[in-house]
Amino acid sequence: MAEVVTLNTRSATAGTATKLAAGPRGKKPRPMLSPRNIMIYGALLFAAAYYLLPLYVMVVTSLKGMPEIRLGNIFSPPVEITFEPWAKAWASACTGLNCDGLSRGFWNSVRITIPSTIVSIAIASINGYALANWRFKGADLFFTILIVGAFIPYQVMIYPIVIVLREMGLYGSLTGLIIVHTIFGMPILTLLFRNYFTSLPEELFKAARVDGAGFWTIYFKIMLPMSLPIFVVAMILQVTGIWNDFLFGVVFTRPEYYPMTVQLNNIVNSVQGVKEYNVNMAATILTGAVPLIVYFVSGRLFVRGIAAGAVKG
Amino acid sequence: MKTNSVSVRDLSLSFGAVTVLETLNLDVKDGEFLVLLGSSGCGKSTLLNCIAGLLDVSEGQIFIKDKNVTWEEPKDRGIGMVFQSYALYPQMTVEGNLSFGLKVAKLPQTEIDKRVARAAEILQIQPLLKRKPSELSGGQRQRVAIGRALVRDVDVFLFDEPLSNLDAKLRSELRVEIKRLHQSLKNTMIYVTHDQIEALTLADRIAVMKSGVIQQLADPMTIYNMPENLFVAGFIGSPSMNFFRGEIKDKGGRKVVEINGVDFAMDAYPARGPLEAGRKVVLGVRPEHVKVDEPGAEIHDAVVDIEEPMGADNLLWLKLAGQTISVRIPGARRYAPGTAVKLSFDMSMASVFDATTENRI
Repeated sequence: MAEVVTLNTRSATAGTATKLAAGPRGKKPRPMLSPRNIMIYGALLFAAAYYLLPLYVMVVTSLKGMPEIRLGNIFSPPVEITFEPWAKAWASACTGLNCDGLSRGFWNSVRITIPSTIVSIAIASINGYALANWRFKGADLFFTILIVGAFIPYQVMIYPIVIVLREMGLYGSLTGLIIVHTIFGMPILTLLFRNYFTSLPEELFKAARVDGAGFWTIYFKIMLPMSLPIFVVAMILQVTGIWNDFLFGVVFTRPEYYPMTVQLNNIVNSVQGVKEYNVNMAATILTGAVPLIVYFVSGRLFVRGIAAGAVKG
Repeated sequence: MKTNSVSVRDLSLSFGAVTVLETLNLDVKDGEFLVLLGSSGCGKSTLLNCIAGLLDVSEGQIFIKDKNVTWEEPKDRGIGMVFQSYALYPQMTVEGNLSFGLKVAKLPQTEIDKRVARAAEILQIQPLLKRKPSELSGGQRQRVAIGRALVRDVDVFLFDEPLSNLDAKLRSELRVEIKRLHQSLKNTMIYVTHDQIEALTLADRIAVMKSGVIQQLADPMTIYNMPENLFVAGFIGSPSMNFFRGEIKDKGGRKVVEINGVDFAMDAYPARGPLEAGRKVVLGVRPEHVKVDEPGAEIHDAVVDIEEPMGADNLLWLKLAGQTISVRIPGARRYAPGTAVKLSFDMSMASVFDATTENRI
């Protein structure tokens, strides 16, 4: 090999060096301020500012006292930073009769989101695994029905579900709402898991069957350990979806079980006295904080999982 | 007397309206190395999956060791399987991969350790036991995959194109190892491949398949020298057999095949029945059964068109009777394009097929 390399080098230099020595060589220079860069970075900066400005206004307003807000400069930073609106939003803002702020809604939302997420992901992942790997009779029909479910508007189903929950004695309870969230998460999550499991090599599944592993052994020992990214994606979808839900929360529960979003709406819309913009802003940020934190913590895994599902599925 | 290790009886398989296998019969003897050979889509992998129990058959029966396993689960059939993509469990170490099936079967830990150690020794993978599959090369991965079949301590090994994902050098190395493994273990092995070199080198018998039907089942030399029909003749051999379409004629008491006005005497051909004059046939001659500038019974004039030196061999492409034919000669003998040469055919090694049925006559 060494000799070949020498030969190649020699012939290349001998043939071209004299003619081309003066010409361009190496990496082509690209100026920073080319029209291309100005367009790309300009557009990106504009879009970023467009989305960040409302957040800026919210944060700034929530840190101001009411006298300062009344001056009307919504973009100016707070002269005197106060965390009182945050405390009030969390603990003592009033909705109608009770004045314990968002905290109750927060804990309600936690009690709704965690079981709904866990149960729906557990069921959907097994659904997807069965659909992808165990081609049972009627699998295609089952899958079609499930997917059609994803396209029916929620509003159509609200009244029937109210009746069903009433008959089951679950109407107004947290359990009822958890069941509703679990069912409504099923189509999209099953699709997600089915596509992911389909993208895993089929021979792996066959090898496990030859090794004598059954339905559950293959699921827990082979499939689960390979599926972390897609579980993270499903978790993010469910946590943000259920946390941000307003409609089901307000329809299927009693006021003492209202989730945070409903509580937020009630605080912002209460009509007694002055509108406390700083409290409203703080309450809104508090409500949005959970999905934001979930995105920041697991964003990279999210992108990877989406890509894994999309490209191969 | 050898018994049958694997028997397939009247096996049919269809997916909806598509029939992949139709009333297929196959007997594999105890300790035999059988290769299922065919191009992609011929049903060879499907047949293997049926034998493994990974696909439910539509019709027919499968016996392994004289036991009807048609409805048995893969694990109860006494088979081990090696896949093209290795199919190693990525989250487990090599040791975990080897012992997974044994743990599922709830074997005692001492037995598991013993079997894993033995397989690792046979395949020379002891230093790799604590590694993950992602840290192994392709050849090492396939060795582990073979090991996973070994530890199961089974009678029948199934290979589904195990070498197709490896580069050429590794492929020939592992080919030799698989053959050595078979010679020392003496297990029954069924091996699916589309590579005729693998088939010819490894097999005790080859089953050439096309469209779900076994075209010929015989030992490699019979397959190579006495192909049963036109498909087998064209599929095996590289470069492939030279085919001439012609007609059998009776010339002065001698049977000849006339091709574009050129006669090829059939005296030396081991025909299975009488060669009736007027029958349309296809004459097949392998490139190495044409002699160039050597004394022979019948001499044809031809001109060298292209020369392809391949090292040990030298491949000539010539024009004869209006056709291009390939001829294989020793590498030391060189011919420049345009050289006039004299060809003679070794008819005792030729094949003649009926032009309509495409079967050997």
